[in-house]
Amino acid sequence: MKTKLFSALAIGTILLTGCNNIEDEKTEETPATSTDLSEELSAYQQFSLEQMDQFLLETEKFVTAFKAGDIDKAKALYAPTRMYFERSEPIAESFGDLDPRIDGRLADIEEEGKGEEEWTGYHKLEYALWVENKTAGYEAIADQLLADTKELHALVQTVEVTPDLMLTGAVDLLNEVSTSKITGEEEIYSHTDLYDFKANIEGAQKIFDILRPKLQEKDKDLVATLDGNFTSVNELLAQYATTDGGFVSYEELTEQDTKALATAVNQLGEPLSQMGIILE
Amino acid sequence: MPTQNDKKISRREMLKLTGASIAGVAIGASSLGGIMHTMGYNPLDIIADNNNTKNKINFYGKHQAGITTPVQKHIYFASLNVLFTSIDDLQALFKKWTPLAVRLMNGEQMVDVTSNASIPTGDTGEAQGLDAANLSLTFGIGVSLFDKLNIQYAKPTAFVELPHFPKDQLQPEWTGGDICIQACADDPQVAFHAVRNLIRAASGKVEMKWSQAGFNSFPADGGSPRNLFAFKDGTVNPSITSEQDLNKVVWVEDGWLKGGSYLVARKIQMHLETWDRTSLKEQEATFGRYRDSGAPFGKNNEFDDFDVEAKDLEGNYIIPNTSHVHLARKSGARMLRRSYSYASGMLANTGTHDAGLLFVSFQKDPAQFISVQNSLGRMDKMNEYITHRGSAVFACFSGVSKGSYLGEAFFNAL
Repeated sequence: MKTKLFSALAIGTILLTGCNNIEDEKTEETPATSTDLSEELSAYQQFSLEQMDQFLLETEKFVTAFKAGDIDKAKALYAPTRMYFERSEPIAESFGDLDPRIDGRLADIEEEGKGEEEWTGYHKLEYALWVENKTAGYEAIADQLLADTKELHALVQTVEVTPDLMLTGAVDLLNEVSTSKITGEEEIYSHTDLYDFKANIEGAQKIFDILRPKLQEKDKDLVATLDGNFTSVNELLAQYATTDGGFVSYEELTEQDTKALATAVNQLGEPLSQMGIILE
Repeated sequence: MPTQNDKKISRREMLKLTGASIAGVAIGASSLGGIMHTMGYNPLDIIADNNNTKNKINFYGKHQAGITTPVQKHIYFASLNVLFTSIDDLQALFKKWTPLAVRLMNGEQMVDVTSNASIPTGDTGEAQGLDAANLSLTFGIGVSLFDKLNIQYAKPTAFVELPHFPKDQLQPEWTGGDICIQACADDPQVAFHAVRNLIRAASGKVEMKWSQAGFNSFPADGGSPRNLFAFKDGTVNPSITSEQDLNKVVWVEDGWLKGGSYLVARKIQMHLETWDRTSLKEQEATFGRYRDSGAPFGKNNEFDDFDVEAKDLEGNYIIPNTSHVHLARKSGARMLRRSYSYASGMLANTGTHDAGLLFVSFQKDPAQFISVQNSLGRMDKMNEYITHRGSAVFACFSGVSKGSYLGEAFFNAL
């Protein structure tokens, strides 16, 4: 995620270099028509850091409630807190070992050949709250979560946002939805998958909104398509919103519901993957 | 890759013509640039059949390919639902698919290579290095489309959903659809690549309703391929080289579908385990044919003609009146069958093979299929070993002439 594909923010467009030789096009740069994304990159950095600030603050509240043994409050804070993380996942997951420590599922841990004792983070506390219905015995995990979150918060301050991080990140956010949220495999105990779903979409939409002026110059049809497709997904999700600003349990969704949601996400993902045209 | 003798304007040439002069301004300002940017497809392309390429079936012609085309080894069949309700969207879709279908049937990539590695490639790439593999693409529209677009007035009276047949166990997830794409090729990856890319090019416009892969194998000594019950399938087809026969059986003669045909698709589960523990005698009596030769009872060769009413000295039908052949022939209706076997893993609830036949037939009127299927009815001994799980009927457009597009006659009738 941290790889910088482009050493400079100035990226030559291929159009003016002539369309005669594809091999040459990649290396030529024409500063006169370069795509300057510096404003967009710093806007996205600011957004991500704000999300991370909130994530740390809310995690502190969550951990406090958890350690106080206030199960109801901890349950209520769980999903909304995670949304800050899910929104800024392109940046949050830049750190290879922190991401699984905070967001790892038991299935992921086992897949890596590790035992349950190595499982930490939000999903372990999710298990404590929803399956065990207790907090006793999980205090150390809660402390560890807060420590890891502080470490993540410190590290993201140093992340350099690149065009690739934004472009790949937007598509990755949707891929997350398509592969785990839509199947209910992210929040297998709390069934709060739709919160993550919503946050991932919001994260992708933020990137689109930041890039919108540049995209508009290149391809206004694509912008119109993306506007329409984001609206479709958001309208579908709104059908499952609850009055307290949350979402219904994943278990309430029928196969038809998930298929409609998955289709809308896939229809959005395909044009979203075309945002890279701003680098042409 | 487009060849020199193609008259089409490639994407890059188009950029030279239009983009170069305004590039300094930003090409995105022109709507043409906008369309071209999205996935790199150029709707202005007119692409020719490239006859210099290997194993090539022509796209253009009086009829669509994939109907009277000699049966290929593989099929990938997709039934799609549309996500729009306007005629304009439907027309734009078929206009977009037309040049892409020619390119695919030429064994070419969907688009010319682009140099921007920051976006996904316009072609998914898995057919790179493969030839056209006799790919045929056949497009049709379903009854449900006329309701969705509110154009029932344009629906030919013959075009009806198939009725419920005795013993049908149709499952919604294998039934119906607004549009079909039948991709047949001698290479399974070429067939799948075509459908995958056509659906991808229609992102936001269509969703998959159901799809099914299938295969056929041809004996070295000729004759019809065997289905998974080991019996020859498709023997009594009309001759694909007799225009007269095809006019009688396959091609619609009037209206916007003139030169087109109705495609019936049935996903028929075959209970292989029960079949395999059935004696050869009983298996042959089920079909009314000998397994090895494919000959009807009382004859020596697969293609020998027979009289279903013929009886032996004791007054019994030579071809039993509960056999598949007897009942099918008795209906008097004919159709052009182009079926493929499928084996799609196993069924979790029974632990048995998930295998069977993707039955595909073409006829000038769905009534032909209905008549045969009704005749098979409850009598057909085959029912013991098969279950119809999916069903669909599509009106497949007539052929396309160069410069025109798929379904033009249909859109002109709206």
